[in-house]
Amino acid sequence: MQENKHEQDNCACKGKEVIWPECKFQIIKKEKLAQNINLWEVSAPLIAERARAGQFVMVRIHDKGERIPLTLADWDSKKGTITLVFMEVGKTTREMGLLKECDCVPDLIGPLGTPTHVEKFGTVVCVGGGVGVAPAFAVARAMKEAGNRVITIMGARTKSLLFWEDKMRKVSDEVIVTTDDGSYCRKGVVTEPLKEVISREKVDLVFAVGPAIMMKFCASTTKPFNVKTIVSLNPIMVDGTGMCGCCRVTVGNETKFACVHGPDFDAHLVNWDEFMARQRIYIDEEKLSLQLWEQKQKGV
Amino acid sequence: MAKIDLNRIPMPKQSPEERIKNFKEVAQGYTEEMAKKEAARCLQCKTHPCVSGCPVNNDIPGFIKAIKDGDMVEAVRILKRTNALPGICGRVCPQEKQCEAVCTLAKKNAPIGIGYLERYVADWARAHPDKVPKDEIAPPTGKKVAVVGSGPAGLTCAADLTKMGHRVTIFDALHYAGGVLMYGIPEFRLPKDIVQAEVDYVASLGVEIRLDTVIGRMVTVDELLKKYDAVFLGTGAGLPMFLNIPGENLNGIYSANEFLTRINLMKAYLFPEYDTPVKKGKKAAIIGGGNVAMDAARCAKRIGYEEVYVVYRRSKAEMPARKEEVENAEEEGIIFKFLVNPKRFIGDEKGWVRAMECYEMMLGEPDASGRPKPIPKPNSDFTMEVDTVIVALGTSPNPLVSSTTPGLETTKHGTVVADENTGKTKKERVWAGGDIVTGAATVISAMGAGKRAAKSIDEFLRGH
Repeated sequence: MQENKHEQDNCACKGKEVIWPECKFQIIKKEKLAQNINLWEVSAPLIAERARAGQFVMVRIHDKGERIPLTLADWDSKKGTITLVFMEVGKTTREMGLLKECDCVPDLIGPLGTPTHVEKFGTVVCVGGGVGVAPAFAVARAMKEAGNRVITIMGARTKSLLFWEDKMRKVSDEVIVTTDDGSYCRKGVVTEPLKEVISREKVDLVFAVGPAIMMKFCASTTKPFNVKTIVSLNPIMVDGTGMCGCCRVTVGNETKFACVHGPDFDAHLVNWDEFMARQRIYIDEEKLSLQLWEQKQKGV
Repeated sequence: MAKIDLNRIPMPKQSPEERIKNFKEVAQGYTEEMAKKEAARCLQCKTHPCVSGCPVNNDIPGFIKAIKDGDMVEAVRILKRTNALPGICGRVCPQEKQCEAVCTLAKKNAPIGIGYLERYVADWARAHPDKVPKDEIAPPTGKKVAVVGSGPAGLTCAADLTKMGHRVTIFDALHYAGGVLMYGIPEFRLPKDIVQAEVDYVASLGVEIRLDTVIGRMVTVDELLKKYDAVFLGTGAGLPMFLNIPGENLNGIYSANEFLTRINLMKAYLFPEYDTPVKKGKKAAIIGGGNVAMDAARCAKRIGYEEVYVVYRRSKAEMPARKEEVENAEEEGIIFKFLVNPKRFIGDEKGWVRAMECYEMMLGEPDASGRPKPIPKPNSDFTMEVDTVIVALGTSPNPLVSSTTPGLETTKHGTVVADENTGKTKKERVWAGGDIVTGAATVISAMGAGKRAAKSIDEFLRGH
């Protein structure tokens, strides 16, 4: 917490006499990382100062908008910015894709969740799939900084959807890239090289973030080798602060709230079928919402 | 002396057939004529037991007399002296257990409609902003107070401290201020523009309101103490309790907090105009017997559920919900299943709840709560088919603040230990009040706690 942060040019409270700075969450930089995958660098000094790998923010982009969680991809406490990476899939993320540099995000709440447990484990394998490569980067970097040997496995459906290979190489001792269709590097999914790595050498920890099905298979890949595996779950959330229980997940035989107890959990203890069913609760409503929005966009 | 009038003027309401199709306020408020007539019934008795029946000691006979005399400016002035949020209290206070319970006319079964009149005054003030007298603010003391949480406790504490001359910042985790008044209590019982008006009033006194700020994550209480002379914790009881029985994480099973937050805060009843959805099934069972259960049941009815059940493990007599709310629910066609408790939830192949296995219960000897203990009847299992379950068993304080604040003592229920009269916690310069101290209780008791803490903080800041 620093004084006078609100003197930054992009803060709403600049010049106002306030006790506590109120910062305007302005999009400083927007970048298209791949088809449908966007990067936002947003001014959020208080969040940037606190951010740790594995934490997330809740985002709401207008008065009628929903609150969605996004895991932090990067942050810069000196600049007072955080970096979010999102894929345009539903109405909200499509609308987010239309926001431009200098636009403001009305609500950005965080950093939330328990940070990823980082220490010197020895050798850590970080697996990132799809848009999950972004939060995997933050964890890989933290693991590297803690003195671990970091092996990164990153996967995408096809070459054009792949991003941040260069950033990953900077924080990893080894990087393995896969594409489902073989359009770049290794053809196949991330679990194949994961199995090879844990067969070939002693791995102390596996961290995986990406689509639920990928995390589930990472868990079943490492289980027979008895390698501790942590996943970063991405359930539906409403408030993101432990108030509603929408994000509850069964871990071992206990119910946990991903927003406060997680989002990181022991992959071998997560009830994956339940988790994946819960991610689909609003699938019909999500389709309807997107469809109506697309019609409206065309009409304009 | 005038003849005692025992004809309490009833509150005009939307008819049940009409209101289950909308989220507009059920109770429509007195007209001027009704208010004056009801005010004229007040005996202005010397003992005025109503004042001590009120957790914030509103001068009830005083504002009622002003209504009777047609001096609304005076009525507002009297009420605002003790109560910063009369529009809210007039609507959601359990008057039948407080001021109206001890009203001299209660003995004749015709207590004055104190809540209805309070609401009338607040609504008049809102409609006549230019006529409402400005609050007196004491000269600035130069002291600063951080209030964590913008629910009834926080708003009251902040308003009082500001009037005493201190500079106050309220922090709230959500994107709107108001706490449970915004996310918990539904529109048809407490319209959100009324909550917003009361929040705006508190802001107009000079309180800074900082939203989207999660104390305990973004900033800790210890960090606040570096910038502020005192901190008041009014973060409520936001953590939902579950039954901890098999199948509880099936799709279609909500905590009441989630169901109500989606509907009230996020306006899911207006989906797809608003982006947050809520499931609209056919048969819902609400587990619990408090006001939150009534709110959830009545919301379910309004978003289109055909059958809505309230499943409660004790009998009607033990229900903690306000009588008026139970009657409203009954009128709206909510079906009550008393002496029933769920045993487990049964799902379909896609992970959605489709039925609930229950026991019948019977009442035994009084338990620790003083109410008869519900005991399962042997061999009484039966199954209810439902596609939605809403668990409304109560809430406990969110541990986010207490777990990140060393030196703050908590009980095994997760509530913060604070002096009942002053709200002082075991940590230096930190006060607490409302549901965070008592566990889930009422809006007015939280306001009372906010008020007492403000007084104690003021004394501390002035070096008494």
